[in-house]
Order: sequence, then C-alpha cells, then structure tokens
Amino acid sequence: MTLPMGRAMREVFGETVTELASRDPRIVMLDADTGSSTKADIFQKAYPERYLQMGIAEQNMLGVAAGLATTGFVPFVSTFVAFAVVRPLDQIRVLIAQTGLNVKICGGYAGLFTGVTGKTHLIVDDLSIMRAMPGMVTVVPADDVEAAQVLRWAAGYDGPVYIRLVRDATQRLFDEAYSFAPGRAVAVRDGGDVTLISTGAQTPRVVDAADLLAARGIQAHVLHVPTLKPLDVPAIVAAADRTRIVVTVEEGTVIGGLGGAVAETLSEYSPTVLKRLGMQDVYGESATNSELLELYGLSAARVADQVQAFLETRGTAGHASHAG
Amino acid sequence: MAATTSAADLARLEDVARRIRVGVIRGVNEAKAGHLGGPLSAADILAALYFHIMRIRPDEPDWPDRDRFILSKGHSSIGLYAALALRGYFPLEELLTFDSLGSRLQGHPDMTRLPGLDMSTGSLGMGISAGIGIALGSRLAGRDVRTFVMLGDGECQEGEVWEAAFLAPRYGLDNLIAIVDHNKLQQYGWQGDGPDDRLPPAWPGELVAKWSAFGWRVLEVDGHDMAAVVRVLEEATVGDGRPVAIVANTIKGRGVSFMEGRYYWHTRPLTAEEFATAMAELGEPITTTAGGPA
Repeated sequence: MTLPMGRAMREVFGETVTELASRDPRIVMLDADTGSSTKADIFQKAYPERYLQMGIAEQNMLGVAAGLATTGFVPFVSTFVAFAVVRPLDQIRVLIAQTGLNVKICGGYAGLFTGVTGKTHLIVDDLSIMRAMPGMVTVVPADDVEAAQVLRWAAGYDGPVYIRLVRDATQRLFDEAYSFAPGRAVAVRDGGDVTLISTGAQTPRVVDAADLLAARGIQAHVLHVPTLKPLDVPAIVAAADRTRIVVTVEEGTVIGGLGGAVAETLSEYSPTVLKRLGMQDVYGESATNSELLELYGLSAARVADQVQAFLETRGTAGHASHAG
Repeated sequence: MAATTSAADLARLEDVARRIRVGVIRGVNEAKAGHLGGPLSAADILAALYFHIMRIRPDEPDWPDRDRFILSKGHSSIGLYAALALRGYFPLEELLTFDSLGSRLQGHPDMTRLPGLDMSTGSLGMGISAGIGIALGSRLAGRDVRTFVMLGDGECQEGEVWEAAFLAPRYGLDNLIAIVDHNKLQQYGWQGDGPDDRLPPAWPGELVAKWSAFGWRVLEVDGHDMAAVVRVLEEATVGDGRPVAIVANTIKGRGVSFMEGRYYWHTRPLTAEEFATAMAELGEPITTTAGGPA
C-alpha cells in the first residue's frame, strides 16, 4: 500500500502564484532564466508586466527583490535552489534576512529530484543554511496540496520566507481538507514503537515505510514537520516522550537540517535515542530519482529496513520478533 | 528643479559639506573607530543630494513618493549619518553615538534601526541591485521617484555591480542614478612605486569606459566642485531612457590636508593632535556640538 502520486510541485507553484497575483497586484515574479523549468513561466503568460526577468545573475536578483519589497511589492524569487539560496547567500543575509523585507525565496529543483544534474545542482545543505539564518522562515511542503497552501500563506505573511519546492510529481500525503499552519508539525500516522520525523516530499515515503514496518510488527508514529523554522518544539518533544526512540528522515544532509534541528531540540529538552537518516555528509550525483533514493537510503523500503535495523540494534524493537 | 543655482545657494551647500566633514571627524573621533577617507570624499555629493536635489520629507521618512538614496559603499556610513542629522532626521548630538552599543548609527547603515535609510548596506556591491528594485517598483507603481545609489570605485571590483550594470539598461531605468565616488584609493590595494603609494582601484578612464560599455549614460564630474556637482545631478535627473552613471572624480580624505590622498586614512583613529588639526582646517572650533552649529 503506497500513497498515490500527486501533481508536479513546480506546476502547482507556477499556477498558485499566478492565482495569488490575480487577487494581489503587489505580487511580482523574479526569474533568473529558469522560468521554463521552474514553471514560473505560467505567471509570465498571465502577468507579463509583473514578470521580471533578471537574467543569469542571481546575486543581483536577490538584491532587486529587496529593493522591490521596500516599494510595497511582494517579490516571489524563483530559480533552482542552487542559485536561489547558495549562490546569492550573502545578498539574502544582508538585504533580506537582516532587513526583514517581504521577499519569498522559492527554491525549485530541491532535494534529490533535480533532473539528472549532478552535485553542482543537487544542494544537500539548503535547510541547514536557511534555518540557521535569523529571521528566515523555512518551509518544506510535502506534496502539491501543501505546496499550494504554503504559497498562499506566504503571500499574506509580511517577512522573508524560504520555500523549498520539488521539481517533479510527488506522492500525495494530504487531501483538500488539510490546512497548513506555519510552525506546526502534523502527526500523519499513529504508532507507539518509534517516532519517525520527516519533512518535505520525504514524508510520504516515510508513511509508506511505516506501512512496511507495520507488516513486520513495528508500529511507527510519523510526524511531518513542514516548517523547519520556527520549529514546533512541543510537538517534537511530545512525540519523542511517547515512544522514547526517534528516527529523522530527510532528503538532504543530516547535518544541521531536520535531523540537526531535532537533535538540538531533544538534547536540550528531552534526551532521546535518535537516528538521523538522510545524506551522510556527502554530495549527490547524476542518476534517476529512484536510483538516488535507493543510493541514499531514502526509498520507503530502505527507510523501513534502516529503522528496523536500528531498533534491533538498540534492543527496543518490541514487536520485531513477530515480523515475517 | 531650477536650471541655475545661485551663488548663495552654492555657498550654503558648500557649508553643509563642510559641516558633514566636521560630523564625520567628530563621530569617528568619539567612537575611536570608523572610516574617514571615503566619507570625506563623498561629503560634497551628499550635501548636494540631501540639501538641493532629493525630494524628501525628513519629518515623514517613509513618504512613498520620496526620492531614495542608497549608500552602497556602506562603510562611509558616518558621512550619510552626518547629512541626515544636518537635514533634520535626528539630533546632531546623536552622531556621537556612532558605533556604540545600542546606537541607531551602526558601523554600516541598518534600515531597521534608523529612519531615513532607504536600504541596509555594508557588504559591497549590493546597493546597486537594491536600487534597481526600487527603480522598477517605482515605475510599476507609477511613482515619480528618483533613486540615487553611491558606490565606491574599489566597490566596482565586486561582480554583483556588473550583474546590475548588465540588467538596468534592459529595463531602461532612467530613474536610477549611480554615482561612483572615484577617490582613486581603496583600503589597501596594490603596491605602487613607493612604500606609501598604492595603485588606483580603476585606471584613468576605466570606469567611464566600462559603465558606457554596459549601456549606461555616463556623466563625469569633479566631485568637489559644488556648482558642477549640482549641475551634473540636475542633468542626470532628466531621463533619456537609460540609467545614469556619474563618475565623480574625488580625493580620498578631502578637506583634511594630512588625510588627502593617503590610503591609510581609509580607517584609522585620530590622535588628539590630529583631531585638533582636522577641526581647525575645517574651520570648526572644537567646543561645539557634533556636526557644528546648525
């Protein structure tokens, strides 16, 4: 039993910001020559005068966004994470985070699904960087439904936001009844043996992994953390206190991102046995999406196996003997 | 804008520039830290902008239709603060809090602390990009706003400056005016012929050639000739569809003889004797409040 596929998150991005712009004349879209890939071009077709092509010059683009924000516009800055976050990092720091200006940084092609580009474009540490930056709200939607809600919320929020968006179709975690709330984690599956904490499009794969574990007699609680900053500390501590063993799973480096955030939180408030799954201090490479998920241990099957092995090692997998 | 500026107006602006320099020396002397050479080379242009050219309301610093000024060479902050204080944005005495704990006058301009700052700057090369954003936003909003951005000549070594330079002509932003304070020295730079010599950040004519090549309308001026500064700024605000770059030829440390043209006065605390000499050269008794009598 696996979760069904939703729509490509980039299509939802282009459509949603365009829809928001139809109601809010302050919204402008800034592109750095990747609009046909990120689907920012959907916005251009509807509102060409508010679509600002910045060329292949991302440091300048983030600075232009800051200036626009001081004149009352709401700039959505769109390009690949590699060029929206890492390359113009100092411009984000000085002109956007330190000023608190109302700029929405929309990082496309996030995580492993970068369209076979290799390590230059596959950014492993954007969450570690952005959540460490004072004043930067950092949001990682799980699927197309949540991505649309995050974008709608961000348009109405006055301040800098980083939104991490996936290129391709992802598994659908939520139905239309779901309501994103900034800073709130969501329990998406109940279980008492172990808490699995995930974020972004990895969460649906973790839910599938939890189903695989259930078949082996392990009941996993799954907590989805769409907002890495501000972090839902009470929800993370409460979940950890219930199962006393936690595994974090993320599509990125385990250093400083979700795993880092959870480790910081639990070490401070409720020391808990913890395993961090994700990319283990390595860069990525060119391969298909499914190959990369296998390689870095992030497919549902690989997550299930690693969680089970960890519980057995720790001697706390109470029901593991019933597996098979 | 008047086509001609009276001799009395020019004399008034020259005195404003003198008082900006006094404010710079006082602020840095009080803080025992801060930049001197750059603020002093920029003082005449700051006086012309804030006391003659820019349409601003010091009692309404967020007025949406105001002209904007961005000090992209943010390390010259004390010069901008002196101009703002003299113009009435905040009390002159506050210049003496420069760089001190809790002050609104941070080492580099912080728009979240001090009203009247149109952008935070300090990491070089960024102000010009923000200026493009304001110029684009003003045009999209239908506001007749002129955006002035002051850069250093050393700052023009930053790659972002040329990203911005590449872009602005594509949008025909003639409401954007970049002013390069071409004072021919940067903090350290390249060794010249003698131990006290440094090569200029840009060769003679290089900045004019480069900004022109990127499609900007380039004007050149003696940045210490007030009549010429006023004239070139007035000329720059009459748009022809291109962004404007004014290359202002200036002298680093201008106004204090022992600082002029000396690279090591980029940033350096003053001795009591140097402070007294500087004040005397600026025609300022050292008993008055910061920035001189109003």
